[in-house]
Amino acid sequence: MLQLDAEALYADLRKGVRNLLHERDAPSVLVGIWTGGAWLAERLQKDLGLSGEHGVISSALHRDDFSQRGLASGNDATQLPFDINGAHILLLDDVLYTGRTVRAAVNELFDFGRPASITLAVLVDRGGRQLPMAAAHASVRLSLPASRRLRLARRDDGGFGFVVQDEDS
Amino acid sequence: MLSRRNPQLNNHGELIHLLSIEGLPRAILTQILDTAGTFLSVNDREVKKVPLLRGKSVFNLFFENSTRTRTTFEIAAKRLSADVINLDINRSSTAKGESLLDTIANLSAMHADMFIVRHAQSGAPYLISQHVAPHVRVINAGDGRHAHPTQGLLDMYTIRHFKKDFTQLSVAVVGDIVHSRVARSDIHALTILGVPDIRAVGPKTLVPADLAQMGVRVCHQMNEGIRDADVIIMLRLQNERMSGAMLPSAAEFFKSYGLSLEKLALAKPDAIVMHPGPINRGVEIESSVADGSHSVILPQVTFGIAVRMAVMSTIAGNSAGNTASHSSGSTA
Repeated sequence: MLQLDAEALYADLRKGVRNLLHERDAPSVLVGIWTGGAWLAERLQKDLGLSGEHGVISSALHRDDFSQRGLASGNDATQLPFDINGAHILLLDDVLYTGRTVRAAVNELFDFGRPASITLAVLVDRGGRQLPMAAAHASVRLSLPASRRLRLARRDDGGFGFVVQDEDS
Repeated sequence: MLSRRNPQLNNHGELIHLLSIEGLPRAILTQILDTAGTFLSVNDREVKKVPLLRGKSVFNLFFENSTRTRTTFEIAAKRLSADVINLDINRSSTAKGESLLDTIANLSAMHADMFIVRHAQSGAPYLISQHVAPHVRVINAGDGRHAHPTQGLLDMYTIRHFKKDFTQLSVAVVGDIVHSRVARSDIHALTILGVPDIRAVGPKTLVPADLAQMGVRVCHQMNEGIRDADVIIMLRLQNERMSGAMLPSAAEFFKSYGLSLEKLALAKPDAIVMHPGPINRGVEIESSVADGSHSVILPQVTFGIAVRMAVMSTIAGNSAGNTASHSSGSTA
């Protein structure tokens, strides 16, 4: 039975992101991937007292499974309130798995301009990579059966939890 | 037993062709409008292209003239990275006597993935949809007097953009309704989306009597018809469709049913004025209105691209499943 303390992992993510932001050639702007990553970016922007605004990005238009699964409904749109050209971006997501979502998000970013760098930080790295993507920070590394789906949930008070679902097929 | 499923939907209730707004559930209309919002932002980017239809061949089959609609479909398809082929049917094999289904079979042999069809005969796009392979999609770009569903959808998108809540609105559709497939699609869409007060305004010769059965209020006096309206949809007087004298003259029509600034004052102060285009200045609408602050005619055109991108990407992404008309049972 998988027990993950989302708030504890978030606290670790906040520390990790703070460190990343102080490195040389540090990322200067947060961009979260809908939906879990966007929630993380929103809260980190506030908790770390960062100036400016964070961005949010949808991977829906660059997914590689469009012909199998169609267009996802309820698309939250990409909003990047800054100039991508020359930006050092810290990309955030809740769970890193095959790497395909990150690949789609990066393609989406490149539709807006040419960033100087993209660094990835996640709450959970569950292995199972199918593309050469890696996170500079992951609060926990674990492995899950392929049929188990893990994603972040947000309560009404803004607190985080995890949703674990078993998919058939 | 043959099931009477809507031929536009697969057996999961997902949209695979767009032939008519009639019979579509509200959820599907809303989903398309939501998706169109996403594509609107794509059209604002540096790179106005997403790869959803990359490698797909979209054939524009326009048996009736239209530069505007055909162009917006072409732009929409190209922004989705599709390859677009425009077929000038008048100068092609149809003029040599080839049947519609033979034309379709020939084009299918060229691996068309999607047909955008405008035809003078009502029902032509439906006929085509029943004869293409399971993976091929058909969009009706206007058939006879029957339907123009993408125009209906973009009109709804426009209304939602400016007015937000359909369930609080009074919408007047004005003009040559009996000849207008746009009016039909608009009225179906308004009804499905829950608009409580829909008025059809025009002379008795141009407004079908049976509209009242759809819950539409028929008004032959324009003053009554547009009083306190939130949205006014003006239709073009369809000269080329009218056979027989249904009106004394265009000037008479403007006097009674044209939209002037004076008449517009009867509507709500923040009313919006729409028109599917092309407009006949001085016949159904005065220039001061068409170019004025209430007019959203140009935004309709912009929204039309996003809505067509939404329709194409939605139907391209849904598999045919086991539709009643294809007995092979194999999925795309």
